[in-house]
Amino acid sequence: MIDFDYVRANDVGDALSQITRHQAAKFIAGGTNLIDLMKEDVEQPTRLIDITGLPLNEIHETQTGGLKIGALVPNSDLAYDERITKRYPLLSSAILAGASPQLRNMASTGGNLLQRTRCLYFYDTATPCNKRRPGSGCGAAEGFNRMNAILGWSESCIAVHPSDMCVALSALDAVVHVAGPKGDRAIKSTDFHRLPGDTPEIDTNLARDEIITAIELPSEEFHRHYSYLKIRDRLSYAFALVSVAAALKIEAGMMTCARVAVGGVAHKPWRAPDAEQSLEGKPPDRKAFVEAADIILHGAVGFAHNRFKIELARRAIVRALEQAAAGTPQSQSEKVIV
Amino acid sequence: MQGRPQATSHPPKRSLPPELEVGLHVNGVERRVVLRPWTTLLDALREHLDLTGTKKGCDHGQCGACTVLIDGRRVLSCLTLAVMKDGAEITTIEGLAQNGELHPLQTAFIAHDGFQCGYCTPGQICSAAGLIAEGRAKTSDEIRELMSGNICRCGCYPNILAAIEAVMQGAET
Repeated sequence: MIDFDYVRANDVGDALSQITRHQAAKFIAGGTNLIDLMKEDVEQPTRLIDITGLPLNEIHETQTGGLKIGALVPNSDLAYDERITKRYPLLSSAILAGASPQLRNMASTGGNLLQRTRCLYFYDTATPCNKRRPGSGCGAAEGFNRMNAILGWSESCIAVHPSDMCVALSALDAVVHVAGPKGDRAIKSTDFHRLPGDTPEIDTNLARDEIITAIELPSEEFHRHYSYLKIRDRLSYAFALVSVAAALKIEAGMMTCARVAVGGVAHKPWRAPDAEQSLEGKPPDRKAFVEAADIILHGAVGFAHNRFKIELARRAIVRALEQAAAGTPQSQSEKVIV
Repeated sequence: MQGRPQATSHPPKRSLPPELEVGLHVNGVERRVVLRPWTTLLDALREHLDLTGTKKGCDHGQCGACTVLIDGRRVLSCLTLAVMKDGAEITTIEGLAQNGELHPLQTAFIAHDGFQCGYCTPGQICSAAGLIAEGRAKTSDEIRELMSGNICRCGCYPNILAAIEAVMQGAET
């Protein structure tokens, strides 16, 4: 790690004024990704502003029937909170599919959104990477790209976003609340992360001098028909090759609302509104699910080592939707896929 | 698409930031350490406090060998900055035995042969102590899943599971 100094922020206003004053500073909360990246010399802040003392660690009911989750709520506390397990089990399941108990105890809700790609070339400072060093090239496109994108990638970057939690947040249409020097604003979770385009160094639409204060879940809970299905190289404690957050509302044998977000395939959790619309008004059967999967994966293009992910994603989408429709969500401890 | 690999350039040298004094309650004893901001809790324990039971495996949060309990919760000390834990209660493998008696998990790991080289064992046992305190794992599958953050290169997983189950069953009777 390079040398850096360390300060604490007392409240949101103090944190904002400190980040504005020191251009090379970064906020630190759980630190699970940032400290690792600093050890690798990928991140080189000259000051860390400790925000763990900020009063952002509670979950509140909203006036519109949803929940507002403080940015500092640890991932494990969120996943096991009774309001989440009962009303938003899709979110709980996705969080428990990611990382390990130790990391979930450390990682914050806001930090989970801001974790960076685990692309091998982003981490390896001896190789080119446009995300780490703009203009240096992409090592992954012609390198080892098993874990890389099949959708939404660009000539400059084929990295994927690594979060499981964010895939569920995307499917739930969550909203990210942020504070900044010009005041507070709300960003739809589906607009929070970006596609790489020709600026892959910018992961999100959060400005450098803004801070995430909360994540809001709308009142639509999908607690009856949901599944988070994660496919990976080992049964636990590994990043997704493909993951699917599926959520359905079924009334009188017809799907009245459908959400599908796919992880591990793009620079952000992948939603396809036209695929979701194709499901609505139809009975929840395999034919409809296969058609939706085809729409989602229309235009998918793989690379030397990850072309298999296109068919894997197709099957995972269909399976997750079948699990959701049947009310038999994927267990995150019993790994048999039913 | 590929450019020439380039070494990462560091910013110009500047004077080191000041050392900070941090108070840690380690295994029931108040300890004061003076360290730079980048010292991890793992390095503080091993290098400043001579508590070398906590192991440095990968140093990147991928193996679980450095697992300790902070305020009763299992965490990775390699990804924790010591300065951020001023005043915290830290429990390491050295703090589990009480009054000269091994912790039930330590006894069970011996009885069930839950290790071979032993390098991951302090992290396995601290993690298992956290798992039992959490009280969420009921079945063998749930124990396996919630112990997946601790890698054993010798592959002693069946015996580690048996040791944890023995302690959990003992705790219930």
